[in-house]
Amino acid sequence: MQQLPDATGHFGQFGGRYVPETLMPALMELEEAYTTLKDNSDFQKEFRYYLSEYVGRPNPLYYAERLTESLGGAKIYLKREDLNHTGAHKINSAIGQILLARWMGKKRIIAETGAGQHGVATATVAAKFDMECEVYMGEEDIERQALNVFRMQLMGTKVVPVDSGSRTLKDAINACFRDWVTNVRSTYLLLGSVVGAHPYPMIVRDFQAVIGEETRTQILEQEGNLPDCIVACVGGGSNSLGMFYPFYHDESVRLIGVEAAGDSIRSGRHAAPLTAGSVGVFHGAKCYLLQEEDGQITPAHSISAGLDYPGVGPEHSYYRETGRAEYVPITDKEAVEGFQLLSQTEGIIPALESAHAIAYLRELAPKLSNDKTIVVCLSGRGDKDVYTIAKELDITL
Amino acid sequence: MNRIDKKFNELRQQGVCAFMPYVCAGDPTPELTPELFLTFEEAGADLIELGVPFSDPIADGPTIQRASQRALEHRISLIQILDIVKNLRKHSDIPIALMSYYNPIFRMGEEAFCKAAQEVGVDGLIVPDLPPEEAQPLLKAASQYNLATIFLVAPTSSPERMKLVASVSTGFIYCVSVTGVTGARNTLSDEVATMVEELRKHTDKPLCVGFGVSTPEQANQVAQVADGAIVASAIINVAEKHLDDKDKMLASVKQFASELANGTKTDKV
Repeated sequence: MQQLPDATGHFGQFGGRYVPETLMPALMELEEAYTTLKDNSDFQKEFRYYLSEYVGRPNPLYYAERLTESLGGAKIYLKREDLNHTGAHKINSAIGQILLARWMGKKRIIAETGAGQHGVATATVAAKFDMECEVYMGEEDIERQALNVFRMQLMGTKVVPVDSGSRTLKDAINACFRDWVTNVRSTYLLLGSVVGAHPYPMIVRDFQAVIGEETRTQILEQEGNLPDCIVACVGGGSNSLGMFYPFYHDESVRLIGVEAAGDSIRSGRHAAPLTAGSVGVFHGAKCYLLQEEDGQITPAHSISAGLDYPGVGPEHSYYRETGRAEYVPITDKEAVEGFQLLSQTEGIIPALESAHAIAYLRELAPKLSNDKTIVVCLSGRGDKDVYTIAKELDITL
Repeated sequence: MNRIDKKFNELRQQGVCAFMPYVCAGDPTPELTPELFLTFEEAGADLIELGVPFSDPIADGPTIQRASQRALEHRISLIQILDIVKNLRKHSDIPIALMSYYNPIFRMGEEAFCKAAQEVGVDGLIVPDLPPEEAQPLLKAASQYNLATIFLVAPTSSPERMKLVASVSTGFIYCVSVTGVTGARNTLSDEVATMVEELRKHTDKPLCVGFGVSTPEQANQVAQVADGAIVASAIINVAEKHLDDKDKMLASVKQFASELANGTKTDKV
């Protein structure tokens, strides 16, 4: 069976390691440590222990009956990553990676964050495992996500504002790489998504694959069949890939990634590289990305800070190129409607990121007959987004 | 023979170290780039590193980030930069190493880029985010068009990686003096001498030290162990003080570059 990534860290033409030489030895060291630990039963046992006792897994695969009825058509299930400790899927990979860092003898953790969910997850595990932690965050995102900034600070993490470039996630990642280049011997870079140079896309995917693995068991218990469609939002792509990957070889299962179309694809102000980008090299990997004719990176735009990123993971790029997954765009406006729809039909306030996936159901579910099933990854809860939504709806809190 | 090889042969015969200043194309304006370039040459530069500004320069510290941002405000493109080189070649025969992150090159296409670069008179390529493992397409195109491929060695590189980098590098090898990003520093890292010494065991290609070389004294220290000293951020720091006064900028850059050049040419101070 085909191995993804291959031995050199590529997914077809995508992925690889496009980084300064200073980081090459560190990436090789990380790959070696991870390869050893991946099959180490003590490590796996420890990882599973914290997922169960600390994160609260397995979380439910919940049949969203009223949402299903309101849309008419396929049966909709929600994979409740929003019920994890810290309120999003990001904690899965943060636990895995901090155990890895500890095993490698690293004492200091750095991370990037967009919406703040990964920053909070990292701050959480850093507190839990007693490590020094700094999180880089774009100034624009700090304004948008003040609540998450304070949560990180409460747990003893230093939030470092990034004022360069577009002052969002991509610039926070740049700042993280620069810190890592400088402090590579003592520091573990705890990346939040399936992006960056090999082995990060593989490591983050493997730790997030618990989402899809649980879903498979749960849907077989509840429905007796695999789902017909799986829908998840894609920024860098970690919740979606964690969901998709365990179903990669099940060809009957349609995998649908939902990208942020911002104002609209046509406006050019969006964050949808798989829908409207082109192949390039960014943040250490070959992938689809938003770029100018001459190879400069175009800043992304999305109402959701967690999807506001001009690149996307190399494995998603590969799934798109080979047609294994489909990728569709959802605008800011549609996402806000999706946010309201789930809040009102199920009493579940989704993260704005996940609301993109919910919004796409309005198009997808009615087209499918009621004997079909759709699983949606509800990657996070929406408490952090209520101010943004209020502003969007012209409501003063 | 490529201009870079010729220059290092010459300098080795004279027993002196090369001085290689850096200019970010388009900073502070595209019009000033050729003037700064020729100022360097008058000040005693042996080679010039011409930087292609990039929106997301992950190997660069704040100084070069600022320079890149200023340059990109003029929307300068790789094609325009090659055009600047073309015009410069009417006035200058100094070896030019083009420093660019990989994406602009990848976007243009390795073959098309190398062909164009060679035609206008570029001599070598430095791509800081392209390690040898991913470099096959560029290596192939560069060798076809007789462009030197200059790879980087870092203080973290193992002897095995030094061998790998040495085996694919032509022209010279770029020794990164610090575990970190570009930027001026108060002292030269102790790691430099160790790294250069280790690298000499694996290659007789010229070794140039950059990242953090900031003063004539430090350039002199580099000259004791290596074949070239590359200075970027410290020069930009000097130029930045006179962004609104072109004559003052050129004069102060010339003064500082001359001091750096002298540093590489004199015996241990």
